This record gives sequence, structure tokens and C-alpha cells, in this order.
Amino acid sequence: MQFTEEHEQFRQTVRGVVERSIAPYVDEWEEAGSFPAHQVFRVLGEAGLLGIEYDPAYGGQGADHSYTAVLGEELGRIDCGGVPMAISVQTDMATPALHRFGSHELKERYLAPAIRGEHVASIAVTEPDAGSDVAGLRTRAVRDGDEWVVNGTKLYITNGTQADWLCLLVRTSDEGGFRGMSQIVFPTDTPGFSVSRKLDKLGNRSSDTAELSFVDARVPVANTIGQVGMGFQQQMAQFQNERMIASYLAVGSTSYALERTEAYVRQRRVFGAPLLANQSVQFRLAELRAEVELLRQFNYACAEAYVRGEDITRMASIAKLTAGRLARSVADTCMQFHGGIGYMEETWVSRYYRDARLLSIGGGADEVMLRILARMDGLDTGL
Amino acid sequence: MNVVVCVKQIPDPAAPPALDPGTHNLVRSGKLILDDSDAYGVEMALQLVDAAGGGEVTLVSMAPNGETSGLRTALAMGAAKAILVSDETLAGSDALGTAKVLAAAIRRAEPDLVIAATESTDGYTGTTPVQVAELLGLPSVTFAKKVEVDGQTVKVERQTEAGYDEVTSPLPAVVTVTAGVVEPRYPSFKGIMAAKSKPVDTLTAADLGLDGSQVGVGGARQEIVSVVEAEARSAGEVVVDEGDAHERVIQFLEQLKIL
Ligand SMILES: Cc1cc2nc3c(=O)[nH]c(=O)nc-3n(C[C@H](O)[C@H](O)[C@H](O)COP(=O)(O)OP(=O)(O)OC[C@H]3O[C@@H](n4cnc5c(N)ncnc54)[C@H](O)[C@@H]3O)c2cc1C
Ligand SMILES: Cc1cc2nc3c(=O)[nH]c(=O)nc-3n(C[C@H](O)[C@H](O)[C@H](O)COP(=O)(O)OP(=O)(O)OC[C@H]3O[C@@H](n4cnc5c(N)ncnc54)[C@H](O)[C@@H]3O)c2cc1C
Repeated sequence: MQFTEEHEQFRQTVRGVVERSIAPYVDEWEEAGSFPAHQVFRVLGEAGLLGIEYDPAYGGQGADHSYTAVLGEELGRIDCGGVPMAISVQTDMATPALHRFGSHELKERYLAPAIRGEHVASIAVTEPDAGSDVAGLRTRAVRDGDEWVVNGTKLYITNGTQADWLCLLVRTSDEGGFRGMSQIVFPTDTPGFSVSRKLDKLGNRSSDTAELSFVDARVPVANTIGQVGMGFQQQMAQFQNERMIASYLAVGSTSYALERTEAYVRQRRVFGAPLLANQSVQFRLAELRAEVELLRQFNYACAEAYVRGEDITRMASIAKLTAGRLARSVADTCMQFHGGIGYMEETWVSRYYRDARLLSIGGGADEVMLRILARMDGLDTGL
Repeated sequence: MNVVVCVKQIPDPAAPPALDPGTHNLVRSGKLILDDSDAYGVEMALQLVDAAGGGEVTLVSMAPNGETSGLRTALAMGAAKAILVSDETLAGSDALGTAKVLAAAIRRAEPDLVIAATESTDGYTGTTPVQVAELLGLPSVTFAKKVEVDGQTVKVERQTEAGYDEVTSPLPAVVTVTAGVVEPRYPSFKGIMAAKSKPVDTLTAADLGLDGSQVGVGGARQEIVSVVEAEARSAGEVVVDEGDAHERVIQFLEQLKIL
């Protein structure tokens, strides 16, 4: 990837916004178990960070995807996993399908305010009985005249308690499996919709996660994103954006964790010498830095292929799988090298250790990535 | 309304600064960036032009080696164009020399208002803007924490030790702003791309009718005679409380004649 002076300036913008409007409040938000999404997204929207790749007609910046890579790496350096995840839900998980497949009216009404940061968006796919197996989802929308009548439950929905609208994946016919699903823009002020629970989590605590309930909730059929019946396929395309941004975030967060751990082992003395004087410590840090660099360069190759318009399913799956595993080993090493102090809430390490664990589960678990890869590589013989 | 903002481009304050051992001047050979102090002035100017319903913001900077990085940042924030004065003749200019250059460049832009920072981050003499005002024959108002333009006057809340003064001045005028005046915006991608094609007029001292007897080493009224290391700070005394700490702290303060 050819980074220019403009990429560097853009990086400074992201870094500046994070330093001024996010970093000082992270501890408070982690403590509170939620962050003020509308307030923060407004600031991000004003800086043009919520619609980098989107059409300027809807307030987007019209940049290419390489700038999203920069955004992800910088957001990854926020001192928690929750806020970057919540932001990337808005930019790369809940809105790409609307931008790609949505009607002009739908984009004016929902995409434009999301880009400005006035609306908070969620992506609502997972259900109590359908996570890895998206084709197993049961929430249903039945057509009644010009309206969909929605019934069902969605689980683990990020931004769920604060969202103004959801990019909702539901069944709209009885075909079964991946057939007969649709994506609908679902406004959360619709009667029949409710947040049943705000969930209590191991990590990413500053991000709110919710269980959502739909009881005879009516939304216009005109709120359907793209084609009725093509929801699964559209969502699979949207998942690629999700997996790419997750991998960019991981490069930012692992780099930052390793930088801070390096600083610690340089000054921490054991057996009369800095911890870093031990070759085992040097080698472990060198190895992890090398792995982060591999992921970074692979991300760039994936981003380039995406800019060229190629199908990046295989690359994005490899990146996401690698990122999840790397985040876990980096977190484990950071914890180990810090010893007791790392286990204490007063250091950044314990939060990072909790938060890093999510990446191998959310956005498609490691095994789901492997399933995709096994199939694409022709290893799944169906026996 | 047209506003000129003086913007200084400085070595990145995050990198350790270096002095030239011969001239004792700050080494400015690397890339220079927009002085954070001036981001406030740029933002203030953009907001004032916006409130006035028209006009533009012009940047004026003096910097070595044709440096434009910091100007590009301010252009990306929304300024319309820039005048850069860059010339070997200017090497070794002191604050007065700098003020002569800036004043001559500002005159070309014929602004209704000139904004500068109260002091720069690297040199921080805080003397350049008032000298610019004097050379231009304009009123100057310093330490502004709030600026409003009403027709042909500017109203300023001027920060003082005790509070603030309300000052009204006719335009054109030179106003220096503090860091509290407004929150500077960060350039968006669109702004960054737009800045690439905004005009930067690069001038020499001669273009402004100035020569080596007025600016640069030759024109400097200031000379750095020597530079000494700041004295290393000695470790403080730690008072461990064994019930009598308050007495020992009072004793210590009495010794210093603070109490
Ligand atoms: C903090 C958080 C935020 C989330 N945010 C959202 C959101 O905003 N929107 C949304 O729709 N969802 C969200 N999710 C849901 C997330 O995408 C799912 O949890 C994830 O896809 C896994 O689904 P599941 O939890 O149902 O696990 P299951 O599908 O029950 O899988 C359990 C485990 O089985 C393993 N597994 C799966 N398939 C295979 C296989 N073929 N072979 C071997 N092992 C396998 C995996 O290790 C997996 O972790 C979020 C989850 C969390 C924890
Ligand atoms: C001995 C000596 C040698 C120097 N050599 C050089 C040199 O080789 N090359 C060179 O470029 N400068 C040189 N300078 C100039 C110096 O860097 C400053 O520009 C000048 O002295 C102003 O001082 P200050 O930083 O204290 O500004 P202050 O008075 O603290 O600045 C207040 C505000 O005035 C404006 N301002 C100040 N300087 C500039 C500027 N240059 N351009 C636009 N706006 C400005 C900004 O808004 C700034 O925030 C030299 C100065 C000295 C004393």
C-alpha cells in the first residue's frame, strides 16, 4: 500500500480526535459500563470520520478504503476495546450494506444522519440460537400490505441500548437456510420493539451490549435494504468490511500493547537487571512484533485488493483469524511480563487482557473463519 | 470579512529540540509542523468569517526551506490560501526581523483583521504580533479569550490575571488569541485533499522590498551571546509523617521565607 502525506495528515486527525475527545474519558466509561455514543459520534462525524468511504452526496468523504485502514489502526490505540468496537460498528458493520444496496430515500433518511453522528446504528444478526450459524436465525418479518411485521429476539447487539436504528437481518420467507432473508433498516422508536436486557460482560465494558425484543413491530417494506430475499448474501458482503476493520483495529491495539510492555520491561528490574535483559523476553517481544508486522502488511494487501474491487473473502477471513489469535497471545504475554501489577485493575494490562479475548469470538469465531477457508480451499469434502 | 492568520511552522515539539552550536539558533532543518498555538487562531478566523457571512482566511508564514507542511494543515482546516516568505536572507532573523517580514506580507493581503497566537510554542517571546501591529500602524489587542466582530469593530475579552477586560477596537486590528479562545477543528479527509490544490504564494524578502540590512542576521537587534545548560534540579526533601510532619513543613516554609 502506498501511503501518502495525506494519509499521514489523516492519521494525525484521528489521533487528535482520540486524544481530545475519547482518551480522557475511557476510564469513566469503562466504570459506567457504557459510553455516550451520541455525544462521541457527533464529534467523530464533525471530523468526517464516520463515512470515510461513503458517497459525498450523503455527507461521506469519498475516500478510498486505504483511509479506513488508517482509521482502524489509530482507533485500535484507544485504551480499551469497547469504544473502538462501537465506532467500527457504526462505520464498517451496520452501514456498508445500506450504502452499497440501499435506496436513495433510505440513505438520505438513515445513512446521512449516521455519517453526521446524529444517529447511532447497530448491526442485529445474532440470536439466542443462531450465532456462528447465521443461516439458523429465526426472527421473522411477515408482510402485511406495505409493512413488515417483525417478531423475534436478537442477542449480543453492540450499541443496542443507544441505537436509533438497526441493520436487522430477518427471515422474510419460509424457504429456510440462507434463502429468504432480508436486511431491514429498523428504527428503534417502532412500537413493539424493546431492549429486554443490557448485558454484563467480561470485557469491552465501555460498550453497551443488549438483548432486543420484537413483538408485532411494524416497519415499512420500503425500509428493506436492497433486494427482498437477498439479505443473507448482502450480510455476507457486509461481514467482509467487519472482518477487515477488526483486523486493522487489532494491529493498532497489539502494537500499542507491545510498546507499553516494552517500556515496562526496560525499567522493571528482577535479579539485579532489567527484565528486558533476559533473552527469552527479548525474543518473545521480537517475535510478537514480527507477527504484528506480518498482519499489518497482510491487511494492506487485503485493503489493496478490496480497492481494486476483488473478492477479498479469503483474505479478510485469514486476516481476522490471524488477528484474533495474535491478540490473545499478545495479551497473554503482556500479562505475564507485567506479573502481579498486570493482574491489578489499576494497570491497563488487565483491561487489555479481557478485551483482547473477544476478537476470536465476535464477528465470526476463529472456527467460522477456518470453516470458510476450508471450504474455499476445497478441503471440506462433505464426508 | 477577510482575516489574515499568522502561522508559525515549528519543529515537532514531541522530538527533542537541538541548538546549532555556532549560531545558537534552533535547528529547523527537519520537517516543520503547524504550531498548535496557531491552530486556535486559524479556527477563530474561520468562525469569524463564517459568522460574517463571507470573506476568506489567508495564512501568512515565514519559514526556512520553503516549508509548507504546517500551512497545508491550516489550509486543510479551511483557510483559503497562504503567503509563505522563505529565503536564505532571512536566516538568523530575530522577532523584529520576523515582524517586518510578516507586516510586509500582511499588507499585501489587505485584511480587515489580523490574528496571531499570544506566543509561539518554540520561541515564545510573545513579542512578534505587537511589533507587527506597530509596523502596520494598527491597534493591537493581546491575550484574547473571546473575539467577536460587529461591523467595523472587534470586541475582545482580554484575559488578565484577575479575570478579563472587555476591549473594543476599530478594524483593522491585530488580535492575539490564547489557547482557550475556541476548540480547533481537525482537518477531515475532504479538507486534506482540498488543501492540496489551494494556492501558496511563496515570496522572498526582496519581493517584499526587504534586504539583508533589515532582516536576517544583518538586521537582527538581538544577538544570542551564549547558551548555558539549565541547572539540574536537585531532589526534593521528603517529609515522612511521624506525627510531627506539619511542624517540619512549617519550619521548611519559614526557612524559605514563604511563611
Ligand atoms: C461483546 C460482543 C458483542 C457482539 N456484538 C454483536 C453485534 O453487534 N451484532 C451481532 O449480530 N452479534 C454480535 N455479537 C455476537 C457474535 O457475533 C457471536 O457471539 C459470534 O458470532 C458467535 O456466536 P455464538 O455466540 O452464538 O456462538 P456459537 O455459534 O454457539 O459458537 C460457540 C463456539 O463454537 C465454536 N464453533 C463455531 N462453529 C464451529 C465449527 N464449525 N467447528 C468447531 N467449532 C465451532 C466457536 O469457537 C464458537 O465460539 C457480539 C458478541 C459479543 C460477545
Ligand atoms: C537569534 C534568532 C535567530 C533566528 N533565526 C531564524 C531562522 O534562521 N529562520 C527563521 O525562519 N526564523 C528565525 N528566527 C525567528 C524566530 O523563529 C521567530 O519567528 C521570531 O523570533 C518570533 O519569535 P517567537 O517564536 O518568540 O514568536 P512569538 O512572538 O512568541 O510569536 C507569537 C505569534 O506570532 C506569530 N509568529 C511568530 N513567528 C512567526 C513566523 N515566523 N511566521 C508566522 N507567524 C509567526 C505566530 O502567530 C506566533 O504564535 C530567529 C530568531 C532569533 C531570535
